[in-house]
Amino acid sequence: MKKGDTLLLVGTLKGAFLLHSTAGRKTWKRLGPFFRGQAVYALAYDQRGGRKRLFAGPESAHWGAVLSYSDDLGRSWSKPKAATVRFPKATGAALKRIWQIAPARADQPQVLYCGVEPAALFESRDAGESWSLVQGLWDHPHRPRWEPGGGGLCLHTIVPDPTETRRLFVAISTGGVYRSDDRGKTWRTAHKGVRAQYLPDKHPEFGQCVHKIAAHAARPGRLYLQNHWGLYRSDDAGESWHDIANGVPSDFGFALVAHPHDADTAYIVPIESDQFRCTPGGRLRVYQTRDAGASWRPLTRGLPQKNALETVLRDALTTDDHARPGVYFGTRSGKVYGSADAGTNWRLLADGLPAVVCVKAAVVGSASA
Amino acid sequence: MTTLLLPGHLGEIVGGRGRVELAGSPATVGEALAALVATHPSLRDRIQDEQGRLRQHVQVFVGRDSIRYTGGLATPLAPGAEIHVLPAVSGG
Repeated sequence: MKKGDTLLLVGTLKGAFLLHSTAGRKTWKRLGPFFRGQAVYALAYDQRGGRKRLFAGPESAHWGAVLSYSDDLGRSWSKPKAATVRFPKATGAALKRIWQIAPARADQPQVLYCGVEPAALFESRDAGESWSLVQGLWDHPHRPRWEPGGGGLCLHTIVPDPTETRRLFVAISTGGVYRSDDRGKTWRTAHKGVRAQYLPDKHPEFGQCVHKIAAHAARPGRLYLQNHWGLYRSDDAGESWHDIANGVPSDFGFALVAHPHDADTAYIVPIESDQFRCTPGGRLRVYQTRDAGASWRPLTRGLPQKNALETVLRDALTTDDHARPGVYFGTRSGKVYGSADAGTNWRLLADGLPAVVCVKAAVVGSASA
Repeated sequence: MTTLLLPGHLGEIVGGRGRVELAGSPATVGEALAALVATHPSLRDRIQDEQGRLRQHVQVFVGRDSIRYTGGLATPLAPGAEIHVLPAVSGG
């Protein structure tokens, strides 16, 4: 593996896979499955602090979830005697699933975050060796009234603010977006303007079923949000949100990712509805905006445009950070598609996998995690 | 002597053995499992959650009887009892 190579981390309901390519991303070598038979909802590759550490959150339906890492690209994995992500006795809670593993900013190379079910945030300050519950969020007065969505009551997205050192966003289904400006000590809601279509009160104080949020490093305060019905942008770090569902076939969906270099570009995969969670019309289409949501256009070249009733879940769409970025997504039917030209042309990179629940990309030697 | 019979994954954790014999004579299944995880701490988080509850998809039998119907962890053990710790069909 050399600098500039591209890694795709693919989590499925029955194990994790690695797809490895050069910077050109023409051919891909597949490794895995790792954690055979276990669901892997969370994967991350951490290149900060001189590490090349692959994190995974495998979950055995029988024997529980244990966060593990590999420093040799999956050849061997840590096997802690006791689970390192665990709820304190006093909480009365027990870990069900690790939903997200997120390295903090590059200037905090020892810090990682982990989002779990039941909805809670954990922090590591020693590069993932040990973890502690972020008590400030656990103690939030809203928490007892958060409700599980279809995937369970999960904290599924963690976004360290690219510019404000102490600021952190998390998204909870269902709870909404919460923001801390003091490294997790205190939290407040950050979803004003995001509707709760499924509640009598469409704009409650909390209870929004936010499916994914994404920030952009080049534009302080810029966030995108895919909701359980609703597509939004914020330009003030979540203080207010504005509907940007302009020209999409449905504003229901799960997956959302921001372009790594252009703050006005983002990608989504619309889903027909909450009642029929498949791509509209049997057409597998990624939608791209290049004007911050003022308009969206379908990306179709190389993607099946008939008989493709697919579902792309919330963490299964990602980009790499090559100068011309790759865009990748996985489906519940076990396919992984990729584009090496920012979404213009697509190819099937893997087929016949178990249901894909998570896709992450990394460029070897890149500053970002 | 009480014997615990462990399936593949748990057996691997205890060094490839599918059988662990407890030195003492635990009076209940709960005591036997406590003795097991005290001797083999790596098993604790596999069988129990952080709160000490048996995991949802772990089945425990004494002989042929599921402890679900015999008193749970309070199920009494006769001398020479064999305890099976098995993955439930409901998981996975």
